[in-house]
Amino acid sequence: METQVLIIGGGVTGTGLARDLALRGIECILVEKQDINAGASGANHGLLHSGARYIASDPAAAAECHRENRLLKQLAPHCIEDTGGLFAAVAGDDETYIADFPALCQASGIPCKALTPAEAREMEPCLSDRLIAAYAVDDAAIDPFKLSLDHMAQALRHGGRLIRFSQVVDFRIKAGRIVAVMLRNNLTGRISEVHADVVVNAAGAWAGQVADLAGIPIRMRYSKGSLLVTHHRMGRRVINRLRKASNGDILVPGGTVSILGTTSERCESPDIIYPEIQEVDHIIDEGAAMIPDLATTRYIRAYCGVRPLVSSGEDGDDRSVSRGFSLIDHADQDPGLENFITITGGKLTTFRLMAEKTADRVCRRLGICRPCRTHSDPLPQTMDARWTEPGLTPSLWVRKNDPDDMLVCECEMVSQSIVDQIVESIRHQNGEPSLNAIGLRSRIGKGPCQGTFCSQRLAAYLYDRGELTGDAGLRDLRTFLEKRWRGQQPLLWDISLAQAELLEAMHSGLFGLETVDATPQEP
Amino acid sequence: MSTTRPEIHCELLVIGTGMAGMAATLFAARRGIDTVQVGMTGEINFASGLLDLLGVHPVAAGQTWTNPWEGIRQLIADQPLHPYARIGIDAIQAAMAEFIDFLNDAGLPYRYEPRKNARVITPVGTLKTTYARPATMAAVDRALAENPPGLLVDFPGLKGFSARQIRAALEAQWPGLRVVRLPFPGLEGELQPERMGRRLEVPAARQQLADTIRAHLGDARIVGLPAVLGIARTPQVWADIQKAVGVPVFEIPTMLPSITGLRLRECFEQHFPQMGVKSHYQKKILAMPRRLDQSFIASVGGKSHELSVRAKAVVLASGRFFGQGLHADRHAIRETIFNLPVYQPADRSRWHRKALFHKDGHPIHHAGLAVDNRMRPADTTGRFVYPNLFAAGSILAHQDWIRQKCGCGLAIASAYAAVRAGRDWLRSGRSTQP
Ligand SMILES: Cc1cc2nc3c(=O)[nH]c(=O)nc-3n(C[C@H](O)[C@H](O)[C@H](O)COP(=O)(O)OP(=O)(O)OC[C@H]3O[C@@H](n4cnc5c(N)ncnc54)[C@H](O)[C@@H]3O)c2cc1C
Ligand SMILES: Cc1cc2nc3c(=O)[nH]c(=O)nc-3n(C[C@H](O)[C@H](O)[C@H](O)COP(=O)(O)OP(=O)(O)OC[C@H]3O[C@@H](n4cnc5c(N)ncnc54)[C@H](O)[C@@H]3O)c2cc1C
Repeated sequence: METQVLIIGGGVTGTGLARDLALRGIECILVEKQDINAGASGANHGLLHSGARYIASDPAAAAECHRENRLLKQLAPHCIEDTGGLFAAVAGDDETYIADFPALCQASGIPCKALTPAEAREMEPCLSDRLIAAYAVDDAAIDPFKLSLDHMAQALRHGGRLIRFSQVVDFRIKAGRIVAVMLRNNLTGRISEVHADVVVNAAGAWAGQVADLAGIPIRMRYSKGSLLVTHHRMGRRVINRLRKASNGDILVPGGTVSILGTTSERCESPDIIYPEIQEVDHIIDEGAAMIPDLATTRYIRAYCGVRPLVSSGEDGDDRSVSRGFSLIDHADQDPGLENFITITGGKLTTFRLMAEKTADRVCRRLGICRPCRTHSDPLPQTMDARWTEPGLTPSLWVRKNDPDDMLVCECEMVSQSIVDQIVESIRHQNGEPSLNAIGLRSRIGKGPCQGTFCSQRLAAYLYDRGELTGDAGLRDLRTFLEKRWRGQQPLLWDISLAQAELLEAMHSGLFGLETVDATPQEP
Repeated sequence: MSTTRPEIHCELLVIGTGMAGMAATLFAARRGIDTVQVGMTGEINFASGLLDLLGVHPVAAGQTWTNPWEGIRQLIADQPLHPYARIGIDAIQAAMAEFIDFLNDAGLPYRYEPRKNARVITPVGTLKTTYARPATMAAVDRALAENPPGLLVDFPGLKGFSARQIRAALEAQWPGLRVVRLPFPGLEGELQPERMGRRLEVPAARQQLADTIRAHLGDARIVGLPAVLGIARTPQVWADIQKAVGVPVFEIPTMLPSITGLRLRECFEQHFPQMGVKSHYQKKILAMPRRLDQSFIASVGGKSHELSVRAKAVVLASGRFFGQGLHADRHAIRETIFNLPVYQPADRSRWHRKALFHKDGHPIHHAGLAVDNRMRPADTTGRFVYPNLFAAGSILAHQDWIRQKCGCGLAIASAYAAVRAGRDWLRSGRSTQP
């Protein structure tokens, strides 16, 4: 395969770059070892930062967030729920930080409005009665799945190509240039080659591993963060704890749920990570200080992601770790690679800017001059990602009211016709409609039944349609439940524990899925 | 507080209407014990209706047993705290035989080979090891051995049941199956097994279904259907359809809640009153103080206190977390009615493993009530908490019915042992002492 630009990594950065290049008329292929948003982009808080969280620690990043926040609200409103945000402090929180907050916001150009505790509690009745200070800011909630899928969809329409489940495993280098990139298809094991004029490493936390394949050292630090999804939405706005950034201090609403987080734990590898039980308990205890209901509410899922931090200094101590993004043009290094660029670090909020700066670099390497369009062209909305929005499928299903369009997922009301459309869009992107691929693109398996019923209903439906054959469905069922389990395992008490017992009674006690060999699907 | 409410007296109060509660009530009533039963719907509606005895031991090795009794012997040797070890093999045998005889006499025929496990087909197409299964599922073993040309039937609107899926998963064990999707007589849109079952109790409906099947029979010498062949009149429905189709017909369990659990429930609910049992379904034990004379006084009601039951002895068969006999908060597991000591892992981080299908299973399933050898819940020193409180079913500690495939066997055998111990207590005369 030949192309002008090969992008490694299908998170927001990679898909954002694919769109940016496509709009500049540059040909590209994006390769992703799993599926879109398999990395941090599918495992974050979904907070479109106003910047206020970084005013003290990183004013430059704060200002960057502020600018991108405004731009995205204009250009991609369908991916954003413009909730507004609050910063709130409770008795015992650091008084100096509270006192400095408005001035620091102002210094970074970030709008913030002081509220009395009574006003804040009227706006958000879930706040603790021990509230002592509050400010309103421009935070919002953003759907990272929609964002990435819509970016990819537009790139595809402009001639871009997407290769999923394909991992970069090696580079062939000649005279300081990457002449070929070796891909392994993780489903079949087949190896293929791509030839590109420029190669961009947008592999997020895996950027170090990818660069290493090209013989280039990047010192990465991995910081794991865990998050909890509540059973129902709590609060209308984003609510931040007004204190120095710490654990368990942000609650972000999205559709019918809210997401509570997060933590920051150094880890050795970006690959085998779990939301741990002690993290979960810590997040709940901290969150409950600000919003007491968090202590007793039901949580339906936990997940975690890894933040890529790049240490630029030789000694690599924490002070030299960049909190902004890192754009490394390896042509400028010694020894260098003239057609290799790495973009990593940063935030979801600033992905567009990261893509723009990277694309500028790519143009320079290609020796062409094409202006960026992503800061002025609105992002078109596609069908590809509509079904991830909580609450959307029920309203559509109820509106349609066709008795033959049966629900596959009763918790989140995903019907057969919606599954059909998702399958079609996966086929359109050269994918195989596995349970996991459909789960990624819909709310299936994300409701209170934890996948107990919808997993098998979906498998049966896919067999009926001929989308699943052989014993693939059994492996698929097992992998799907195993994947969902990761997010349930730390939250099993009260009703969720009873539900998990039913899940096991059915899928293990009755179906015996523990004896099904799932290895072919877990490369 | 309860003085104005009606109070009934009995010898034995059985708490629970799951498999263990039903079995305990049955055994008690047949022994002439004056019995009251109280419970919510519980798991029985969800149960598959298959009576597992022992399928797997040791769990970590995934070893399956053709002869369940050999497996149980090994289990008793390896895990002396397992409830089966407390109960003893003779009592387990007697319990299963008595229970299954009752079902056969009550018009819900079950089939088993005394010393052999059986296999049934599950809705995802795997083969499940079980012991006694409804007669309607008994043809599967032979079919798996002989692989006759077969036809699998499914229905549009019955979600989670796909004949294609089952055929695909069974390809290696039973090649050459054909599938057909047929309209279900008289029902449209989304289909629930319960409604389908009731529909087929109408003779014309089953005739119509049989005719449609016969039209698609081809060379098939056996036909598989989802388990919808009636609820209270299954033998009749089944016989008529087989006769009309002209070849043997077997059932495959559907997704849950399934009709096979419902058949059991209806069977008990129909027969218990004739046996003198006073059952209070859809009612809960709200509180359970104990009197000086050692009898228990249960306040019973849907939401608020409706009546009091005064019992000389109690069999607690209140299930685990799904059944609500146990409850867990973020920190610990407790027993919900008597606040009995619960054997459990040290903290929540040890309840479940990180992989759902981990080969060792999850430690939390071993949590529950530890009992003495008279099935009385015991404290950490092994001493019983009350002399007249006995426990049965999945609430018992030191077992993992999900992985060991011993759910109903454990429920039935432990109910048998608990009732036996309860009767001894009642007959010993101690229960009447102040
Ligand atoms: C817990 C947590 C909470 C966060 N919350 C927020 C927030 O609220 N707001 C915000 O603005 N930011 C947030 N972030 C940061 C944000 O999520 C990330 O900065 C952003 O998603 C990174 O996107 P990316 O595309 O660069 O990397 P990723 O999304 O990680 O994408 C990298 C991709 O590369 C693929 N890949 C890796 N190796 C290879 C290979 N060899 N071949 C092919 N593909 C490969 C991976 O599978 C992955 O999909 C959070 C991060 C974490 C961890
Ligand atoms: C999905 C599923 C599939 C299964 N498949 C099989 C199988 O294939 N083979 C097999 O052998 N077994 C199977 N079983 C297991 C079997 O059906 C029994 O569920 C199991 O043995 C436990 O039975 P139990 O009676 O101890 O508890 P449960 O069935 O949980 O019954 C507990 C009872 O106690 C009652 N209760 C609890 N608290 C109170 C209170 N305060 N007051 C009054 N009543 C109360 C509940 O309402 C309920 O009636 C399955 C179970 C499930 C859930």
